Amino acid sequence: MAKKEYSFYPGCSSQKGASASNLQTSVDAMCDALDIQLNEIPDWNCCSASIGYGEGGELPRIALSARNLALSEQHNPGQDLVATCAACWLATREASERLRGSDQLMAETNQALAAAGLNLEPAKPQRVRHMVEVLIEDFGFEALGEKVQKPLEGIKIASYIGCQTNRPFGIDGESFENPVYLDKLVDTLGGDTIPDYETKVQCCGGALMFSEPEKSQELVKGILEAAHDNGADMIVTPCPLCQMNTEVYQDQINAKHGTSFNMPVVYYSQLMSVAYGKSAGEAGLDGQIIKARKLENIAGK
Amino acid sequence: MSDMGSVAIEKYRNNNYRNNFLHEVEAHVEGGEWVKMCMQCGVCAGSCPLGPHWAHPPQEIFMMIRAGKREEVLTSDSMWMCTSCYNCIVRCPRGLPITHIMHGLAHYAHRLGLAPEKQPTREFAKLFWDNITKNGRANELKMGLSLYFKDGFGSGVKEAMKNKALGQAMMKTKRMNPMEFFGGHGVKDKSGLHAMLAKAREIEDAKFEQGK
Repeated sequence: MAKKEYSFYPGCSSQKGASASNLQTSVDAMCDALDIQLNEIPDWNCCSASIGYGEGGELPRIALSARNLALSEQHNPGQDLVATCAACWLATREASERLRGSDQLMAETNQALAAAGLNLEPAKPQRVRHMVEVLIEDFGFEALGEKVQKPLEGIKIASYIGCQTNRPFGIDGESFENPVYLDKLVDTLGGDTIPDYETKVQCCGGALMFSEPEKSQELVKGILEAAHDNGADMIVTPCPLCQMNTEVYQDQINAKHGTSFNMPVVYYSQLMSVAYGKSAGEAGLDGQIIKARKLENIAGK
Repeated sequence: MSDMGSVAIEKYRNNNYRNNFLHEVEAHVEGGEWVKMCMQCGVCAGSCPLGPHWAHPPQEIFMMIRAGKREEVLTSDSMWMCTSCYNCIVRCPRGLPITHIMHGLAHYAHRLGLAPEKQPTREFAKLFWDNITKNGRANELKMGLSLYFKDGFGSGVKEAMKNKALGQAMMKTKRMNPMEFFGGHGVKDKSGLHAMLAKAREIEDAKFEQGK
């Protein structure tokens, strides 16, 4: 199969030394195995995520995403724009759709972009896609399965999709209430699924983990409990904020509630990297605060 | 109508048929033109992960807007409970972009200075925007520190100590970099980015003034 190329928007949390740097490490390993070339958008900026609305009005927020769209179209023409972060994908796709749906918004945004020496062509939009869509639509489960060298045998994995990879856009052909693509992927990689995982699309609190930690940790507690009750060895998620919220506060939740959660939370790209024969380091498993031992063991085989 | 009739109407005019607050929301709030479409079914309230913490769930906010309760709505902390999970959007039978309307109302109340002071998500949202627009990319270390120290040095040290183990674990796994304190990630074309944001704000401000 020929090398596939995409214009790539990694997002702030995927940078070196940032909270989802292990996502990027594993995405690089996964793309290497699948012969995907990611062409990073030069000088991309933050999308302002889901909490930018407080201070940033509609036009400044749209302008941030429009700058990335313009840079992508200029430097990586003819390629689909792909993001791995749920918030990056949502904001960029939302902006692209709103811009193409309103001549006035497009004109005003181009006025703002002109101040940065950029311009967005109304007629030639790049498709804005999530990495998961690339895997499902451009490869398919069968092709993804052919690359498996080390099946994830004996690992029971709760597929936690969360919110923003699932709503309002979601992955084409999946339901909002019970998307099954992560289960299919786990199955493809040889792991054990939990098809009835109750909190699959339950909110982790998102950005409110920072401003309303008690309310948000209450939500995370439910997500962990459901995984535990279903006998999960670990949780898998496509979203950097879901990953962080469900992994790194387990100590604080335990201290507050007297629980003893110690549930690893990994990315789909980490599962794939290990199944494709990459090392624990290449799969970014050294980035887990709660070590995913069963996955490390398979990587070390 | 006779002149006498018109004089009497002017004398007792109260403009209540104009429903001023609904019109104001339609003119100034992102997604505001959808508010009148709400049929009060309450699916949004039942779908919200922070449902138990809202004084007024979305459908109540929509009815309050239609009832002209301007101050109660704009000073409410309800909209600031939105986690942006988009559950309400995909479930609303009338197709209202509820998440966007909540963001729009929160932003509008913040801009008018009517949103509750010290509302934690309002404070965080402002810190976040200032953080990401300074260099064009998020500085996660400074984001955390500015959140801990938002109420002064004393409480900041206490907050930081509370989260010390977490910070150490993040650094140990190379998911937080102490050197971010001295700069960190950012775009190269900062001046272009700042000029773009200033222009966008200028256009929006002009429309805001015009629509008053």
